[in-house]
Amino acid sequence: MSNPRAVDPATQLVEPEHAFPVSEAHGALVTFPTGFEAKCDELITHYPVSKRSASLPLLHLWQETFGHISPQGIEWIAAKLDLQPINILELVTFYPMFRQHPIGRIQIKVCRTLSCALAGSYKLCDHFRERCGTATSDAHGIASSPEGKYAVEFVECIASCGTAPVIMINDDFHEAVTLQRADELLGKYD
Amino acid sequence: MPVQERRLILANIDRDGYTPDIDCYLRNGGYADLKKALTLDGPAIVAEVKTSQLRGRGGAGFSCGMKWGFIDPKKNTKPVYLICNADESEPGTFKDRQIIYKDPHQLLEGMIIACYANNVHLAYIYIRGEFVLGAQILEKAIAEAKTEGFLGKAINGTGYDLEIYVHRGAGAYICGEETGLIESLEGKRAYPRIKPPYFPAVLGLYMCPTIVNNVETLCNIKHIVRMGGAEFAKIGKPNNTGTRLLCVSGDVEKPGYFEFEVGALTMGELINDVCGGIKGGRKLKAIIPGGSSAKVLRAGERYKIKSKKPDGTMEEKEIGLLDITLDFDTLAAAGSMAGSGGIIVMDETRDMVECLANINTFYAHESCGQCTPCREGSLWMKKVTDRLVAGEGLPGDPKLLKTVADNIAGRTICAFGEACAWPVQSFVAKFPEEFAKHAEGKVATAARKGTVAQEPSKAMEAA
Repeated sequence: MSNPRAVDPATQLVEPEHAFPVSEAHGALVTFPTGFEAKCDELITHYPVSKRSASLPLLHLWQETFGHISPQGIEWIAAKLDLQPINILELVTFYPMFRQHPIGRIQIKVCRTLSCALAGSYKLCDHFRERCGTATSDAHGIASSPEGKYAVEFVECIASCGTAPVIMINDDFHEAVTLQRADELLGKYD
Repeated sequence: MPVQERRLILANIDRDGYTPDIDCYLRNGGYADLKKALTLDGPAIVAEVKTSQLRGRGGAGFSCGMKWGFIDPKKNTKPVYLICNADESEPGTFKDRQIIYKDPHQLLEGMIIACYANNVHLAYIYIRGEFVLGAQILEKAIAEAKTEGFLGKAINGTGYDLEIYVHRGAGAYICGEETGLIESLEGKRAYPRIKPPYFPAVLGLYMCPTIVNNVETLCNIKHIVRMGGAEFAKIGKPNNTGTRLLCVSGDVEKPGYFEFEVGALTMGELINDVCGGIKGGRKLKAIIPGGSSAKVLRAGERYKIKSKKPDGTMEEKEIGLLDITLDFDTLAAAGSMAGSGGIIVMDETRDMVECLANINTFYAHESCGQCTPCREGSLWMKKVTDRLVAGEGLPGDPKLLKTVADNIAGRTICAFGEACAWPVQSFVAKFPEEFAKHAEGKVATAARKGTVAQEPSKAMEAA
């Protein structure tokens, strides 16, 4: 390392190695779609007491925009909120909805918990996996099809136990999903 | 004649032609209760809520008025925050979803009144991440309320300002625990805080006094203001006032959500008269009465319930499972809880070990990992029930399950420890013969077909 890292004159703290702008080790800088940064700034205004509270909203926005939370995303959000990247990374690894790797374009989440299980959600999940040709699950329980089109996973209770079994496909919620209905839905999202 | 529903909160929900927009809400008398509230002063509203004896609808059943009363407006110098807990994720519960999706302004009106009563100027709705559309509906409702002058600066021409923002969670059950929720809203992992000292009423959001109320609780506030606390307290039973949203799922003919006066009907009336009985004419085996953390109740059990007679003396009655009246106190006396109002019914064909294995998988997945007994114990219990289901159990497993559960409850920072221990303790104690059979490897694979299998692949093999 030829360039010594900068020292903040106010705090005398050495700037972290991966402070913004994002290091090239993580690939080319992303291009933000129009309005992305403005939307981030708007979200931050919801938390006049502490910018840190905007962590989850910015992570949601990043994932909705780019599909997953990349190391760049973690560093960018951290810099935006005057935090260290670890403050953001520890959220990504804690909250089940955030993912660090791209997954299929059509994400099928089948509720696994008791009422849905009583109504046949295990068979339903099997059915989706079979129809989507997904391989065995990864470490996070997500089964992806080889061409990367589908990702099928079990999730815990999504709060509609009276219309079990229920699923989500991407952000859409579907209830009382029979095997026949499952096939219809797959056709719709194709 | 079956007991009639008393629709207070669900009055408009699912009614033909009723839509979630503000025009429809205003046409149906919406925001009139807020206007009334704004003519009263805050402490007067808090007093009405105390008179109403309203108990929280999130699970613990804590007195709402008392919760509010912890913050003394005369002594407190810090800002007060209010958070609506819309993180509905207790298995078996799906009531808040109906309100948020179908009548969002009712929640907003209740929430604005609660904020006004407690002198709150900044409030958040913490909604679970999976309610993607729900969050959009609430955001639209907030924008509409602002346009109409019910939110923002100088609400309805008074000098009172309030901002409400929607904050989405991201799939963690523990965010339903109020201090975990607060940590999450501060942008951190949702690790619950230790109490004392971190009671939300003292050191809550940003270390300021904070009120965390469930969606249904806040909706009730609107009705308390309209009716007055004393009138509200006449609904239901003393100390169990108001109505209750009951969510029934599992093996009944007609599952769904219903609203009844608290204690107006028994479990038997709910299941047989309202929900059309057990599916396929089969027999009842067990009921989880208040979300999956509540202790399971077994058909055929007898409970000794004490109650006060009109002359003030106490009497003790022995009743069966279907005779339990659905209120906080009777369910507690029966050794379980009314919890979040999520009732899961299981029929005679269900394997209780598999059902517990399913619940254990949930808690093992959702433990936040902060306290050792819960982090290790929930996973350990899951492993034991998994191997019991797989026919690989050990003779000592039922006892082991009880030992592990006994050593979690009471040894953790938050109530998740109890939430994951109670199902295990109750299932093992109440269905010893099923656990023993599994432990001895006597349950044939075919008997497990299609109920609650462990792995999808195994379900396939069985089918």
